[in-house]
Amino acid sequence: MSHFGFENDVHNVLRLDMPITNAPMARWQRKASTSNSTNTNSLSPNRNVNSSVSLSKTPSKTPGKNGKTQNTPSKAGGDRFIPTRNNKQLDVASFLISKENEPVEETPNQKAWSVTLNGYDIEEAKILHLGGKPQNAPEGYQNNLKVLYSQVSTPVSIKKSRYISSVPERILDAPDIKNDFYLNLMDWGRQNLLAVGLTSHVYLWDAGAGDIVLLKKMEDDSEYICSVSWSKDGNFLAIGTSDCKVELWDVQYQKRLRSMDGHLARVSCLCWNDHILSSGSRSGLIHQHDVRLADHHIFTFGGHTQEVCGLTWSPDGKYLASGGNDNMVYIWPVTTGSEYQAIHALNEHQGAVKALAWCPWQPNILASGGGTSDRHIRIWNANSGSCISALDTCSQVSSLVFAPNYKELVSGHGFAHDKVIIWKYPSLSKVAELEGHEDRVLNLALSPDGSIVASVAADETIRLWKSFEKDAVKKPKRPPPLKAKLSNFFFF
Amino acid sequence: MSKTLKGITLKGSAELVAEFFSFGINSILYQRGIYPAETFTRVTQYDMSLQLTTDAKLKNYLTNVISQLKEWLFDCTVQKLVVVITCLETNEVLERWQFDIECDKTAKEGSAPREKSIKAIQEEIRSVIRQITATVTFLPLLETACAFDLLIYTDKDLEVPEQWEESGPQLIDQSEEVRLRSFTTTIHKVNSMVAYKRTNST
Repeated sequence: MSHFGFENDVHNVLRLDMPITNAPMARWQRKASTSNSTNTNSLSPNRNVNSSVSLSKTPSKTPGKNGKTQNTPSKAGGDRFIPTRNNKQLDVASFLISKENEPVEETPNQKAWSVTLNGYDIEEAKILHLGGKPQNAPEGYQNNLKVLYSQVSTPVSIKKSRYISSVPERILDAPDIKNDFYLNLMDWGRQNLLAVGLTSHVYLWDAGAGDIVLLKKMEDDSEYICSVSWSKDGNFLAIGTSDCKVELWDVQYQKRLRSMDGHLARVSCLCWNDHILSSGSRSGLIHQHDVRLADHHIFTFGGHTQEVCGLTWSPDGKYLASGGNDNMVYIWPVTTGSEYQAIHALNEHQGAVKALAWCPWQPNILASGGGTSDRHIRIWNANSGSCISALDTCSQVSSLVFAPNYKELVSGHGFAHDKVIIWKYPSLSKVAELEGHEDRVLNLALSPDGSIVASVAADETIRLWKSFEKDAVKKPKRPPPLKAKLSNFFFF
Repeated sequence: MSKTLKGITLKGSAELVAEFFSFGINSILYQRGIYPAETFTRVTQYDMSLQLTTDAKLKNYLTNVISQLKEWLFDCTVQKLVVVITCLETNEVLERWQFDIECDKTAKEGSAPREKSIKAIQEEIRSVIRQITATVTFLPLLETACAFDLLIYTDKDLEVPEQWEESGPQLIDQSEEVRLRSFTTTIHKVNSMVAYKRTNST
């Protein structure tokens, strides 16, 4: 029926009750479509006039859902002045115009977020750095801290003058020993007795007979022994405690002879010079006591600003060397009077100086060893105060003793390799390394005959290294009176 | 007139603090092994022996920073100085030494010098530097090659001089912090702390 098609079309066009499909929108239609499009908050750009025909819905009731859209002007519209307006730009434009009127409150939350995200308060400060950073360390430079602290055993000098056993002759148990670098808890006396302070007890070990005697127990369990030191003849033991007292004990009768106070802090080191006992404390002061007098405190050396951890008199009794946690070594004279200045103040160490030793066979030679930050052993001339030599041991030095039998220097180390090392003196070449301790070595002590060095460590053992045994022919006999004294110990 | 010689002026305080930073930064670089130990030489300062670098480029760089810092200290516009140590390869921040500077803004150029002996200030500085040296006992080893940077926190409105750029704070994401001693010249107070990346062991 094609002939009817044309007629149908004509009829359709002439009928006025159907919407006109291709005509431009009537004004009322246009108005309806614009109010719709405001409510939908559409994101699509560039809606031209014709596409909005499809929205022939009634406008919804809430033209202003939030404050901003209320201000939005009519858009998408072509009117005869401006055919098309870009929706997005109109949105932005209206926001920009009105934003100054609306206060932006920075809530405390927002500020906290800002600080957290930026790492600092950007309102308060800004961070600057100088452009063009300096050249970094040359290639191939490995940070030597790693090398220092992961020390592989270095070869010792091949020419050994004698056989030095690499295992200790004996291992003693030292339970509860306080792992405190600054204390001096072991000393070997002339009567061949080794005194050890284990927290609140002092034990004596007879190196000849092998007996163990409990000499002292602190009354108050919260206090502890800080230092022990034998008098020159080995009959008296001085004990320094954490309750700031220095006690003097007669070992033969196991009796406390006197208790001397005066210190304001724990007594961490002691040293005898005939009848003068020097004590150093955490307060930094060194007191000199004349043990024969009732008023024992004869004078004070002040100078250290932190704990005094090393104290030793020279063999000729002329000088007292003291080392402290303030990295200083002071050399004091022996005189009477009231106030003293140190003869020398040696400041080259960069770590606490606990290890101090005077050379017994060469006068005025002092060896000192520094703690973790320093790791050096330095040899000084005490007369001039100059440093003769310095040796980097790569490890915290906790103790030094000179071993006269073969003219050697023995050092005890902590972090990182926990060894006892024997060096030839004065060349300071390594003779032997004594390994075995599982934790840092705290103190060393030399036997009266000089053949054995004892090391006590935080692994709660004392190892006796028989490294300096002289030939059997030359070995000195043990002093006879010792045997008589021994028998007394069986009675307690 | 000898009284004014002992007092601390704003200029003098700025010099003291800048000097401290110069030695402090050198100590950090030496102790943490950022530069080889052989490139440092020992000098005596504050009654103790300290390490100073001999590397020309590094010296130049530090001199520039310190002289600029001195100006800012004088103007009281600086708030913090931070030494950031980063791993060279991964650019990860391993350690961060932060020095907070509190400036007494009432002290101006012409005002009367404050009473505090230089010796006391030097004592305080000495304890801080000694603490820096002692930190090697607990800071984790820096196993890789490291680079360092110096950041300065200033007031927001400060004019940025040539060659200086803005930067982020370069914080460490899981850090342990240790607060160190502080010292004060009565005009400037410096608080120190070190933050380091928490290691998995312990």
